[in-house]
Amino acid sequence: MATTAPAVPAPSLHEKLLRIWETPPGLFGVLATVDHKKIGKRYLATAFLFLLLGGLEAAVMRAQLARPDQHLLTPEAYNQLFSMHGITMIFLYASPILSGFSNYIWPLILGSRDMAFPRLNAFSYWVFLVSGIFLYSSFLIGQAPDRGWFAYAPMTGSTYSPGLNMDFYALGLILLTISTTVGAINFITTLFRLRAPGMSVNRLPIFVWGTLTTSFSMLFALPALTVACVMLYFDRRFGMHFFDASTGGHPMLWQHLFWIFGHPWVYIIVLPAMGLMSDLIPTFCRRPLVGYTYVALATVATGILGFGVWVHHMFSTGLPAMSTDFFSAASMVISIPSAVAVFAWLATIWHGRPVMRTPFLFAAGFIVLFVIGGVSGVVTAAVPFDWQVTDTYFIVAHLHYVLVGINVFPVIAGFYFWLPKMTGRLLDERLGRWNFWTMFIGFNLGFFPMHIAGLLGMPRRVYTYPAGLGWDTVNLISTIGSYLFAIGVLLFLINVFWSLRRGRVAGPNPWDGPTLEWAVSSPPPAYNFALLPTVGSRHPLWEERLNEPGSRSRITEGPALVEGRETLGVSPLDAQANEVLTMPEDSLYPFFLALSLLVTFYGLLTGAWALAIVGGVLVLVMTVGWLWPSAPVEEASP
Amino acid sequence: MTTAAAAQRLPVDAGGPGATGAWGMILLIVTEASLFVYLLFSYFYLGSMARGSWPPSGPPELRLALPNTIILLVSSTTMWWADAGIRAGRQGRLRLGLLVTLALGVVFLAIQLAEYRGKQFTPHTNAYGSLFYTITGFHMAHVAVGLIMILVISVRGGLGHFSERRHLAVTNVTWYWHFVDVVWLAVFTSLYLSPRFL
Repeated sequence: MATTAPAVPAPSLHEKLLRIWETPPGLFGVLATVDHKKIGKRYLATAFLFLLLGGLEAAVMRAQLARPDQHLLTPEAYNQLFSMHGITMIFLYASPILSGFSNYIWPLILGSRDMAFPRLNAFSYWVFLVSGIFLYSSFLIGQAPDRGWFAYAPMTGSTYSPGLNMDFYALGLILLTISTTVGAINFITTLFRLRAPGMSVNRLPIFVWGTLTTSFSMLFALPALTVACVMLYFDRRFGMHFFDASTGGHPMLWQHLFWIFGHPWVYIIVLPAMGLMSDLIPTFCRRPLVGYTYVALATVATGILGFGVWVHHMFSTGLPAMSTDFFSAASMVISIPSAVAVFAWLATIWHGRPVMRTPFLFAAGFIVLFVIGGVSGVVTAAVPFDWQVTDTYFIVAHLHYVLVGINVFPVIAGFYFWLPKMTGRLLDERLGRWNFWTMFIGFNLGFFPMHIAGLLGMPRRVYTYPAGLGWDTVNLISTIGSYLFAIGVLLFLINVFWSLRRGRVAGPNPWDGPTLEWAVSSPPPAYNFALLPTVGSRHPLWEERLNEPGSRSRITEGPALVEGRETLGVSPLDAQANEVLTMPEDSLYPFFLALSLLVTFYGLLTGAWALAIVGGVLVLVMTVGWLWPSAPVEEASP
Repeated sequence: MTTAAAAQRLPVDAGGPGATGAWGMILLIVTEASLFVYLLFSYFYLGSMARGSWPPSGPPELRLALPNTIILLVSSTTMWWADAGIRAGRQGRLRLGLLVTLALGVVFLAIQLAEYRGKQFTPHTNAYGSLFYTITGFHMAHVAVGLIMILVISVRGGLGHFSERRHLAVTNVTWYWHFVDVVWLAVFTSLYLSPRFL
């Protein structure tokens, strides 16, 4: 098949483009690069590090809970650990890791040379990094956030939480929302402006639909978290009264704002992963996805419906039945688009010829866990059942099936699938199989018994429990299972490091995939595509085989654009090329702007107002410097 | 016609309403607008849960706020006039328009601060006080940021950075300034007018 051959550019063209696009080595390059592939890899590595940290916190907690009446940890230490475990996994791992994949893959899969705002992309990463550093620096003074990842008022007020713990939480999350918001703006703009000509919206990979939906959700959901955290900080630092019932405030205001953000966030951290599955499963089933249109629509529908279900986190707070009934019904309705996706995957496998490689194993495991987590979700959407199990280990089991099942398993699948593209080397299949089964068995062994612990009445977040309540055995099994799961994650890491040195050379398209990222070499050159491709169908690399009627993609011919850092701009929906975009060069401003924000936030944290003001002035200087045109402003060419 | 040949004829950085930078500004406005929606949601939520009268000290006075609203509306018009000026290639109109907008914005902030000084309550008095100062304070912060933007493009305009074809930064700042204006209308309607009807 001619189209699957990578577009190998002429050496002279390659040299010319490399001179334009490659980041220089050295410290400047490290801090100033705007290459989406470098940024994507940093996102992935940093987020994975946070997964390991969050996992370590969980491992300590499981040691404490393995047997009754244990006192490895003080209650206060346990509070900090479960809070930071949740904050780490939900904010610092689950979303950033998907941003990492999207950052790396988007311009490749869309047939472009970079993201729409490359410097904003670098900034987004740096702020993510400093927000993680900010949150984790709380451990240095022994005052990590300790009121759970959803931090209910009034427990978070200065009366009940006098330390800096929850100030770290409020300010750290505000920093993170800055990173996430600019990332979302970047993805949306990239999608509507920087695609290969011909890649109309009905030809987008589902992974792209997932990240796009998520990015829109972020724009509408994140401000609720920002507002809530600002209010929390104001209450604590300046003695305001937003959550103080005695002076007209209300603790429920926090819950509403937090969950208006929080539930869309659940979909934000699963939709791109589901999208990744929707692209990966067809590749390994050797056929297009069944029901592409329905899955794309289901993705968008889930994103929208996700805004209408937040009260199901609050069924036990005494809201009127009218309200809980509505949200109960909405929560059940939202399972319909998820079911559409599940049946589409099953039908794809049924009608395909599955190739049982490691990425597919993880995808299959994901479907199983998704269904279990989905069912436990639908039952808790029923108000009376929720009253029984709320704040018990049943919820812990449910949310881990959802988040590990629909985020971690697809992420590991994604690594097996795309890491060869990033490093040029395949991971080991045999170790991969061990990796999968250890994680799959370990996970189920660790988390399924939590359903039972919950039904037996074990409340979540207790630092220990007395013997004789019937919780001993299930907890011991949970601990053993979760350690097995941890060993599985370790096997994955071993596989990655092994493959970096010894892995089989992948070549451009090791899985015979249908989309554009497989048309370039592994790892791709700094400029991605030497000749910018034109897309004629959903599966540019499978066209000859599928032999569908209609237009054909052109991978090996197209404009080279060598006048500068240039790529094509297209019309938003039907992707007609309509301009040549000049992309920004590497820059130190994003890094220093992020650093200035960190200074400001430490000032706000400690009440060192001079420091905060210095930081604020630096933020202003960096922003203006960034936006000031570096080259003399020229007239547009006619 | 091959794609390569077609690319030869494409404009470089065409600008215009679909420009990449314009997308960035519009999406920023979308998310910032959501921020104010949640702030006003909080206001109405706590209002609906309040025991006793809301606002506790009666509706805020219109004596300063109403003229101030008009000042901000006028500043939107002058900003539009500046933007339309540079679109027609008229540097003088751009500079004058920006200068007048800048002055009106500063007057708005000054009047707002004067209104703060006359208030009988502080952010610490009760939840209403916290809401009032936080919401209007957030808006003032947006006005201040808008003024910095206008200052920057005024300098750039003075250096001759903009022309009939090149004015994306001016257009973006204009969008932002209109947004700040519209948000004020929402804040004004919610905080100042709604207690008179609800």
